[in-house]
Amino acid sequence: MFPSRTVVRSFPRWFSASSASSGSARLNVPIDYKTTPLLHHTPSSLATSLEFPRSASTKRLNLYQSINAALRTALSTSEKVILFGEDVAFGGVFRCSMDLQTEFGSERVFNTPLTEQGIVGFAIGAAAEGMRPVAEIQFADYVFPAFDQVVNEAAKFRYREGTTGANVGGLVVRMPCGAVGHGALYHTQSPESLFSHVPGVRVVMPRSPSQAKGLLLSAILECNDPVIFMEPKVLYRAAVEHVPIESYTIPLSKAEVIKLGKHLTVISYGQPLYLCSAAIAAAEKAMNGVEIELIDLRTIYPWDRPTILESVKKTGRAVVVHESMVNYGVGAEVAATIQAGAFLRLEAPVKRVAGWSTHTGLSYEPFILPDVTRIYDAIQQTLEY
Amino acid sequence: MAISLTGRCFMCTPRRRVAALSSIPIKVTVRWSNSISQRPRSDHVRFPGAVNSKFTSEMIFTQPSAFPTIPTYRVIDSDGVHVGKPNRFPEVSDDEVVSWYKNMLTVNIMDLIMFEAQRQGRLSFYMVSAGEEGITVGSAAALSQHDVVFAQYRETGVFQQRGFTLKQFMSQLFANRNDTGKGRNMPVHYGSVNPRAYTISSPLATQIPQAAGAAYSVKLQALQNPNAPRRIVACYFGEGAASEGDFHAALNLAATRSCPIVFICRNNGYAISTPTLEQYRGDGIASRGIGYGIDTIRVDGNDIFAVYEVMKEARQMALSNGGRPVLIEAMSYRVSHHSTSDDSFAYRARVEVEDWKRRDNPILRLRKWLENRGLWNEELELQTRDQLRKAVLKEFGSAEREKKPPLKAMFTDVYENLTEEAEEQRRELRRIIETYPEEYDLADYDGGIKGL
Repeated sequence: MFPSRTVVRSFPRWFSASSASSGSARLNVPIDYKTTPLLHHTPSSLATSLEFPRSASTKRLNLYQSINAALRTALSTSEKVILFGEDVAFGGVFRCSMDLQTEFGSERVFNTPLTEQGIVGFAIGAAAEGMRPVAEIQFADYVFPAFDQVVNEAAKFRYREGTTGANVGGLVVRMPCGAVGHGALYHTQSPESLFSHVPGVRVVMPRSPSQAKGLLLSAILECNDPVIFMEPKVLYRAAVEHVPIESYTIPLSKAEVIKLGKHLTVISYGQPLYLCSAAIAAAEKAMNGVEIELIDLRTIYPWDRPTILESVKKTGRAVVVHESMVNYGVGAEVAATIQAGAFLRLEAPVKRVAGWSTHTGLSYEPFILPDVTRIYDAIQQTLEY
Repeated sequence: MAISLTGRCFMCTPRRRVAALSSIPIKVTVRWSNSISQRPRSDHVRFPGAVNSKFTSEMIFTQPSAFPTIPTYRVIDSDGVHVGKPNRFPEVSDDEVVSWYKNMLTVNIMDLIMFEAQRQGRLSFYMVSAGEEGITVGSAAALSQHDVVFAQYRETGVFQQRGFTLKQFMSQLFANRNDTGKGRNMPVHYGSVNPRAYTISSPLATQIPQAAGAAYSVKLQALQNPNAPRRIVACYFGEGAASEGDFHAALNLAATRSCPIVFICRNNGYAISTPTLEQYRGDGIASRGIGYGIDTIRVDGNDIFAVYEVMKEARQMALSNGGRPVLIEAMSYRVSHHSTSDDSFAYRARVEVEDWKRRDNPILRLRKWLENRGLWNEELELQTRDQLRKAVLKEFGSAEREKKPPLKAMFTDVYENLTEEAEEQRRELRRIIETYPEEYDLADYDGGIKGL
């Protein structure tokens, strides 16, 4: 899978997100992606999920490779699929489009000029004409020039067309998002809550290679609504697992209960799920007999409210975790919905663990973003309330 | 500091991997554009960003004023008299020209009636096209039924020329249950299925990159299905919208991806109250096309023949060599107010407007041409105007009386299917209305509460 030539990458070296941990840390230790229960380290664990095809053939892929595999499958499946953005032709700055131009030709996989508003506008027009364009924004931090096209155009297209039947359902906008430990102000952001305030677009964020492939293929080939597909860039190389080789889709707007529990529900999405998993393991070890449920939202909007409400009605306690800032974040919507829908079952206030309401200053990232310690503490406080 | 002004530069040839090459005097014609190739006494280096740029030792800043103003193409003068070469006149039948004239008149009469109706409070908003009927009708006449249109909002003539009916116009303006937009959009935001014109949206210039993307898709589909009819995308916008970033993005994208698209800029002198002097300082919009590497023409928008001919030619050009963009800047004057929410005499002299109205407008000019050819006269004029007026008023009346779409349409089409959340909100609204029936008037809505 690795290309023979060296490509210039945005980040000369890759680190997993650095942490503020000291030598004596027990909680804030780097996530060991090789042992995390969130990834399928053997093909056999894939079989436990009903969402994957019942086949034995799998391949160990990291996140960028699984995105690449999904894009290859999509391009092979339908000639309506086209792929474009800044620097996608040579494989992309994160290698997600490696070899695709060679395979599918420069008419279907191509570079655009450096203009985000242009890229999304162009994609909207292509989708209106019945294509299934996959547009790449190089970093989620740079999607804002296209905000108008997403909010005022893509999201409202089907609604304003009414009975003409025109729509941009084939549209997918991919963007790397989230912290990598040294991305500072403009290589770190996760603007999912900004898009989730906009009816008409679906906002999706996978947590792993196997999830990414199924969700992305669902977004490109099956979903007839425009999709903002956000890829946690820290996982591009870090998260490696067995992924089914054949084509499969995972439904959008459907959350997944990753781990069952009965005393507390932890709700998250994207990379922080790994932190949640570690914090839950530590909490269950420290508090004998405690069982904590972990849910991956997967689609941020329109989101799977029934699954979350059902879980919290059972456990009576909830913690919502996300990397982007707490103010008006996804946690606010989830917490308010829980408060309205499970009020009589709540045993404790819904706690939100999220980034502080500041910018991700380079030197301070480990303190700004949620870590295992903060999630562990929130679990403990919520259980002891 | 001494600067050599010899105009020559003797630089060592960089050491190349194939050293043998430098000792053999051969002409290398094909090179990677990014290879450093400055031979001794060469008059230029092939910088990848501008491969054909020659050196100069004259330090000259290129001045816009050094270029002549791009001329304005026309076929007939303001008296309707043909001014071009005698043998050069657009091939178009008399019947067709008469139909153009009637289409311009229809737009003009509908504008007068609807503007007045808005003033009476019978619809919320309206925008007339006075002075620009020639641009829209003339350019649309050169399109095929398969061509796709992206419009801004002052293109009523495009819809009229392409067969949009008075009933469709009125249904949209009154946002009733026959409106394809299901009563969701402000008046004048028309949309058409066949021929396709995407429903107009208010944000300016957003349609321009979309049109480029649609044109690219049209091109791809032609490659994938060679038997499909050849089509282009026509994209309309005003000179004010051309200041938006989306205009820049779109023309650059269309050029780099070689899209079969014709951009038509309606330069009518004003963006609401802002005159062009405050909009740009270059030679209008046309001069920008050149900078993007796009073939460009400026045309007299009051001359429907010139507009038609230019659009017909531009369409052919857009389809040639696998596709390329063309830019047309159509000059006119916005005779009317910007919209029903605007009093333009707050920022321009009434005398200037009256002068334009009287002196030159596309309808008057074509009428003179028709009269010169014996195809039109005062009697026909009065008769036609009366007929059109009656037809507009008839559709006006029935559209105004027609019910609004069912209430459920407020929630549908946000996504392909109603989400669980929207379903819950719909039920909640229904509960509220049923609990407080005296607070809500549902009489105008198709099906009343059952329509929710």
